[in-house]
Amino acid sequence: MNARNPPDSGWFVDGLDREQAVKRVRTGTAATPQDWPALAVEAEVVSETDDYYQQLHEITRAAAREAVTEHESADDQQLIHLVRALDDCQRTANELTERVGEWAGSYDADASMEPAYFEELAAREPDGLIERRLVSLAKRVVELKAEANDLEVALERATPEVAPNLSKLAGPLLAARLIALAGGLDSLAKKPSGTLQVLGAEDALFAHLKGNASPPKHGIIYTHEAIRGTPSGDRGSAARALAGKLTIAARVDYYSGELRPELAAELADRIERIRARGSQ
Amino acid sequence: MTLPAGVEQRSFGSETGLATRGEPVYGEPTDGDWRKWDPHRSKLGALLELDVETELHGGETVLYLGAASGTTVSHVADFSGPTYAVEFAPRPMRDLLAVTDSRPNLFPLLKDARKPVEYAHIVEPVDVVIQDVATRGQARVALENSQFLDAGGLLIVAFKARSEDVTEPPESVFSRLCSELETEYDILTRERLEPYHQDHLGVIAKKR
Repeated sequence: MNARNPPDSGWFVDGLDREQAVKRVRTGTAATPQDWPALAVEAEVVSETDDYYQQLHEITRAAAREAVTEHESADDQQLIHLVRALDDCQRTANELTERVGEWAGSYDADASMEPAYFEELAAREPDGLIERRLVSLAKRVVELKAEANDLEVALERATPEVAPNLSKLAGPLLAARLIALAGGLDSLAKKPSGTLQVLGAEDALFAHLKGNASPPKHGIIYTHEAIRGTPSGDRGSAARALAGKLTIAARVDYYSGELRPELAAELADRIERIRARGSQ
Repeated sequence: MTLPAGVEQRSFGSETGLATRGEPVYGEPTDGDWRKWDPHRSKLGALLELDVETELHGGETVLYLGAASGTTVSHVADFSGPTYAVEFAPRPMRDLLAVTDSRPNLFPLLKDARKPVEYAHIVEPVDVVIQDVATRGQARVALENSQFLDAGGLLIVAFKARSEDVTEPPESVFSRLCSELETEYDILTRERLEPYHQDHLGVIAKKR
């Protein structure tokens, strides 16, 4: 048999050593099921089928518990750190980009703010005391941008683990930002939909509450396509509909964790109706 | 119709209902060893409560797809032989693990029911596949898992219309799912699960 089509062997093929067997249960594969209890007895891995099922019970439980524990270490507080680190990296990178761009402009006629120019500058062999500092700073900017990129990739992987439904509906980045603004998935799940709708628009909200401004239609959820893609007259309705579904998703994620794929379709349907109404 | 051995109609104080024998798992009423099986929380429970002939006799080897927190699968394990419980989401798996504490014949698997290749090295061929997954492509899941059944093997599936398409009328979703199922299975019974579950269809089928 070749590597693409490995010989089918049961989870017990590496023996019943706990660590090995758990690993096999978690990562093994087989193209077709077979009479594993009989094969295990035949291979003298176990003495009889009762023994087989007892071992299987212990090993599958250990494997599931291990996976659940790993999942739980990716918690909402870690997401908040990731989001804030991402924002800090991006903000700092932007500030330094301006500084380096301005500095390089005094030095080099071809200078620009383009990433390609920065990479070229960072790779340059510096000449003299001052250019060495400039090139070094450009190098930091390039690295900071790479770090921000890595943080974003990590967020995209971690958020669906913590909040699968919210992440599906809002996209991982917006989902993580909502969790960060609320201070955690638990507090997000306990907020009413109207609060989620204006998370991130606190300044506008308090200006309104003081009595001299109109209420904000949306906060950070503004970045969602359901709102950005809706004509401005209907954005209030779209924001309300989106916030409602996101609230449900956050609650499902916090209280049950089960996947509810129909939420995304319900949202799409709702937004479509809002837009159709507006175009009449 | 006949209830599987190990499932009975019993009275709990003022109410009567289905029951199995095992450790309680979700705060259900108990009477000695027996614990009530709430048809509102279980599609299989609803099928039995609606007097549908499930062809279950008790003692079968079972592959349960979409075990969630283990509400239904705990009852299934109470009256079945070796029971493999597949669930994809880690969060409900934590509750399912607690259910397996007192049930040595129940094996929890944190796997994707759409990818049987990832658990075929653990699950043996079974007598019954019970499926309750809320994902798009529910018929395809049943087809992909037919490899665990011999010809004549039993499939009990609860289709959820809203998981396929929220805008299409449930009946048209169901007939699409059923005709897809019929490429490999003979359907014995189809029954809507109202009043216990809205827009759900229970199907009993046998592999050809």
